[in-house]
Amino acid sequence: MSILILAEHDNAALNPGLFNTVAAAQKIGGEIHVLVTGPAAAPLASAAAQLAGVAKVLHADAVHLDPPLAENVAATLVDLTRRGGYTHVLLAATGFGKNIAPRVAALLDVAQVSEVIKVDAADTFVRPIYAGNALATVQTSDPVAVITVRTTAFEPVAATGGAASIEHVDAVADAGLSKVVDRAVTKSERPDLASARIVISGGRGLGSTENFRLLEALADKLNAALGASRAAVDAGYVPNDFQVGQTGKVVAPDLYIAVGISGAIQHLAGMKDSKVIVAINKDPEAPIFQIADYGLVGDLFELIPQLTAELS
Amino acid sequence: MKILVPVKRVVDFNVKVRVRADGSGVDTANVKMSMNPFDEIAVEEAVRLKEKGIATEIIAVSCGLPACQETLRTALALGADRAILIATDVELQPLAVAKLLKAIVDREAPQLAILGKQAIDDDANQTGQMLAALLGWPQATFASKLDIAEGRATVKREVDGGTESIEMALPAVVTTDLRLNEPRYATLPNIMKAKKKPLETITPEALSVDVTPRLKTLKVVEPAKRKGGGRVADVKELVAKLRTEAKVIG
Repeated sequence: MSILILAEHDNAALNPGLFNTVAAAQKIGGEIHVLVTGPAAAPLASAAAQLAGVAKVLHADAVHLDPPLAENVAATLVDLTRRGGYTHVLLAATGFGKNIAPRVAALLDVAQVSEVIKVDAADTFVRPIYAGNALATVQTSDPVAVITVRTTAFEPVAATGGAASIEHVDAVADAGLSKVVDRAVTKSERPDLASARIVISGGRGLGSTENFRLLEALADKLNAALGASRAAVDAGYVPNDFQVGQTGKVVAPDLYIAVGISGAIQHLAGMKDSKVIVAINKDPEAPIFQIADYGLVGDLFELIPQLTAELS
Repeated sequence: MKILVPVKRVVDFNVKVRVRADGSGVDTANVKMSMNPFDEIAVEEAVRLKEKGIATEIIAVSCGLPACQETLRTALALGADRAILIATDVELQPLAVAKLLKAIVDREAPQLAILGKQAIDDDANQTGQMLAALLGWPQATFASKLDIAEGRATVKREVDGGTESIEMALPAVVTTDLRLNEPRYATLPNIMKAKKKPLETITPEALSVDVTPRLKTLKVVEPAKRKGGGRVADVKELVAKLRTEAKVIG
């Protein structure tokens, strides 16, 4: 058995989801290789070579792999998978991984197993369905298993300790099908939502974009990432990438503070595996309280400033 | 320009599903079924393109049991022109659906396929990307804005940390995210009209597509229940408990 993992990066750093994905690969067993793409990614290939558990790093430095368009990256990943005889292809289940993995699976004519949370055997995996309200154990009969890994379900491997070799590999020619014409990505000073130790999320109860600033002050105190319910995103209070839930990000921080969030099934799907959950809501009957370790009933506009002050 | 819009019949998003005691799956008998919400957004986007004079015909496709006809009728009531049901009682997985849709694309030659990014039952998020791969078409997933002009599509996509705009030559695949549009409701006159619109039924065999499942579901269980319901009286007690009991803040 051998496993090829596609690393996500922004040319400055590896996406930390890679560390969890390597951990998932270790549960499968076999030699683990990591593919890093793009002409500016040599330092990141070196960083990937340090990861505990990685045996080899492949660096495809073709210019047309940056930005990482699905058509080009998938074609190269498929080619390397065939030539290397890999039995597993793994990607973190981030927006990047979800975009590319199914394209790889279809080109290999194999099934994909999405959002794996547990490895039972090299061909058998557990994944949530119905917004996490059921867990399915599935077994693949295909020669290659293409898998996206729910990063919160696997403890990350150490960033150092490995000493993998780095090999340059060729990319498949540019498909020329699409191009990125604009990117509007805001670099936040805050920790990344998907990997933060503490997450504070706001819901419809916040009432406006301005009121989300209340949460920012609290997030500053706790060095927390900010999230939101789908209702808050739909209402336009915050951008879509704040969304925690079935159709947004899945998080599992040490501490999740839900503010003005009622607790719709689709939101719970994105945060119910958090270690400790705090809910602050004026409605004592809100479903969020049923899964909260510490529920506080009251007006968030009074309680959040109090909480921020108490932590000072 | 023809647009293909695949739609999936799923357990309604408001239903709390129950896992069968024998571990064979979730109980879908006597449960309210609806069109997958992301597919409603896909239909709406296609209808808007037709209203703008960019699309000439919208073909809705669904794969599965005869009951999927209801979902297709909903798509027709929302503005699709005709519908195709690929009828089978085999459990369909994303790769099989993508192959069926490819066969329809080969026959109908649409310039654009708009799909929901994910179905809320299997949460796979695969079919659109797989269809694009099988066709050798470009893809723009998780779309929050779609513009078509001069044979090209410009799509604003939701990505981690913000948005990204992709330009691609048609034909192409687009998958919808939440902010693309707000789907309309079907009006009664349109629901009546939809009953008269053409709905063709075809089989995977007639399309020469092998839909045999590649993944075998060994069991389906309920996740461990979280023990919640704890309450604190005020902010002071909350902070004290987070510090000394949960030990998650310093």
